[in-house]
Amino acid sequence: MKLLLEIVLYFSQFCVVLAMLLCMLRLLKGPTAQDRVLALDTLWICAMLFALLLGISFASLVYFEWAMLIALTGFVSSVALAKFLMRGEIIE
Amino acid sequence: MMQIPADISPWLAIPVALLLICGSIITLVGTLGLLRLPHFYQRIHGPAITITFGAGSFLLASMLYFTVLQQRLVIHELLISAFIMLTAPVTAMLLMRTAVYRDLRNGRQRPDTKPEPPAASGQATTAEVKQHRPDGENA
Repeated sequence: MKLLLEIVLYFSQFCVVLAMLLCMLRLLKGPTAQDRVLALDTLWICAMLFALLLGISFASLVYFEWAMLIALTGFVSSVALAKFLMRGEIIE
Repeated sequence: MMQIPADISPWLAIPVALLLICGSIITLVGTLGLLRLPHFYQRIHGPAITITFGAGSFLLASMLYFTVLQQRLVIHELLISAFIMLTAPVTAMLLMRTAVYRDLRNGRQRPDTKPEPPAASGQATTAEVKQHRPDGENA
């Protein structure tokens, strides 16, 4: 059962890293600026999922705080970028 | 290397493994949608499944794993899920409004107006731009 969980964890890490690569492609390719912001937002979410996966694999609760911080920072950065794209300034 | 206890019970390993596989495949599908869909207004629906189902599966797996491993109730992952449930719609709504605003400002046609004849819809979008601009500046 340990082997099963190890294989599944490796598979999940591979999938999440692949998802991050796909987001990266959209981030580099995106025809408009809002595409890039959307890709960056998804990249933050994938990074948070990766932190959670690391927490499960190393059986440590420290990674939970990483995930929390990444989710928080991602939200703030996405909202700031969206506001900037809409208005040309963030705080008016 | 990974630090998984050697005597982990199948009653814990199998549900956690199922949730992890489900979450990772859904995450991959969501980002594949982000990459493959043709328009921005369709593309924004791709990551929604990543944020809701993918993150939900991973958080459930983490909760289950740590609750059984530490033999106490570990539910602080609920904080992350509540936070994501609160913030993901806000981000999506702001991005959608940004996209609509920018498309109208640039006079670009929205994909949902495509079946109409091009001349009429083009006039409609420029008229909308003229209507929207003063509103945006007054607000």
